Amino acid sequence: MNPMQDLSNRVAVVGVGNTRYGDFPDVSDYALGAQAFKLALDDCGLEKNAVDGLLTCRVPFYAHMGEILGLNPRWTMTLPGHGRMSGMAITEAMLALETGAANYVALIYTNIGRSRRMNYGGDEFATFWDPWGLTSPGASHGLMFRMHMERYGTTTRQLGEVSVAFRNNAILNPDAVMRKPITLDDHATARRIVEPLGLLDYCLVNDGAVCMILTTRERAADLNKPPVLISGVGARDAFERSAIGNFDQEFWYDEVREAGTNAYEMAGVTHDDIDALMCYDNFTPTVLFSLEGLGFCERGEAGAFVQNGALGLNGRLPTNTDGGHLSNSYMQGWALNVEAVRQLRGECGARQVADCEVVQYVAATPCTRSIIYTKG
Amino acid sequence: MLTAYDKPLPVIDEDSKGYWEHARAHRLSVQVCRACRHRHFPPTPVCPACLSDAQSWEPVSGHGTLVSWVTFHRAYWTAFRDDLPYHVCLVQLDGGPLVVGNFVGDIPQNAAMGMPMKVQFDDVTPEISLAKFVPA
Repeated sequence: MNPMQDLSNRVAVVGVGNTRYGDFPDVSDYALGAQAFKLALDDCGLEKNAVDGLLTCRVPFYAHMGEILGLNPRWTMTLPGHGRMSGMAITEAMLALETGAANYVALIYTNIGRSRRMNYGGDEFATFWDPWGLTSPGASHGLMFRMHMERYGTTTRQLGEVSVAFRNNAILNPDAVMRKPITLDDHATARRIVEPLGLLDYCLVNDGAVCMILTTRERAADLNKPPVLISGVGARDAFERSAIGNFDQEFWYDEVREAGTNAYEMAGVTHDDIDALMCYDNFTPTVLFSLEGLGFCERGEAGAFVQNGALGLNGRLPTNTDGGHLSNSYMQGWALNVEAVRQLRGECGARQVADCEVVQYVAATPCTRSIIYTKG
Repeated sequence: MLTAYDKPLPVIDEDSKGYWEHARAHRLSVQVCRACRHRHFPPTPVCPACLSDAQSWEPVSGHGTLVSWVTFHRAYWTAFRDDLPYHVCLVQLDGGPLVVGNFVGDIPQNAAMGMPMKVQFDDVTPEISLAKFVPA
């Protein structure tokens, strides 16, 4: 049994907001964060000064963010700009609300990596392996995918199925950065970056900000939008095997299995109940690893699972209905959690999943997290 | 006179010094805990198994098996640009940890997970020798 069982359905997401996504060299990350915060407040109708919890992620200095927003919280936390942090952050906010450390928590994520030309490799991320030229999270995922190919016969064309499905979803999302249709052949002929991966296996890099506002289920009843409940959470880190960054010989299979199982148990659902999956897609292989770990297919069979549009809006498992990091926006998990909320509210227009009642978020990383959201 | 080597060089510190001394003598080594004999790589200031700080560098055979490999078509450092495309491999050492290296030359013919490999050192500067791998 999940030791956090008693926390199921006690905390709600009540407000969400996101800025436009793109390349904004003249806008600061604080300005983007403030925009997202205001949008999330407007979304739920909460008075700004009721916010007494502040969690910032990838914001350079939490106190400056709070100064700009005129906030004096009684619970503040800051987390670094790593994709794995979004699920951790939401879980931490849930705990703060449950203990009474805060009544209303605003979680603000900002990213200006596009306009400031981040490379995600080389001297930005010095490691022991630099002399051999091994650098970048994409290379680590290339190494893992090569192993998946060798062990199970998975093909790069099967990765293309992931890219194409998420692009098709993004075409239905007005906010998405990439909305030009692509084919499996486009995926196959795209420029190679770190082979076996090519350009369309990589997430976007774009600027933007996201805000989520969480409160207790009781307080949520007084706000504008129908609450979306956090029904289950699960977690497992794998630092002992993290000597090569963003790499694991087992693709975090046991960790995803454990995080998923704990989240399902806490929420009282199984993977058969999941109406939509929001799956951290820094690179296409991560989606395959997540599907196997969560048990949507047997180990080694995710390549076959994703074929024939399985992850599309009308597929057997609608996944990343906003287009994900590959085609919507590089908000490091945050936009996926917002999409989960919007799907459960029925706000997704052309990309709405019919009868959407249970949505799962998962991030298969050295800090694996899963969250299950349900309609309040 | 050789042209200056301008690719990234290791940051040699108290923890890694022993590794690079062995490498310069063309011996591949791993860090071994003197308290519990745990073998690990890359270097850590204490043993991850028992937290002892009594650690030493012990040479290994240099044999292992190929685990994975990738080919870089993008240079994250300017100095790698002329090498594109270049390869990076992962080798599981016999009885020891996983190490990162490069193939000597191109990807070996019939490269496959599990292919037996052995180390071969490349003297990139008078002080630094890098472990690279060829089929055993």
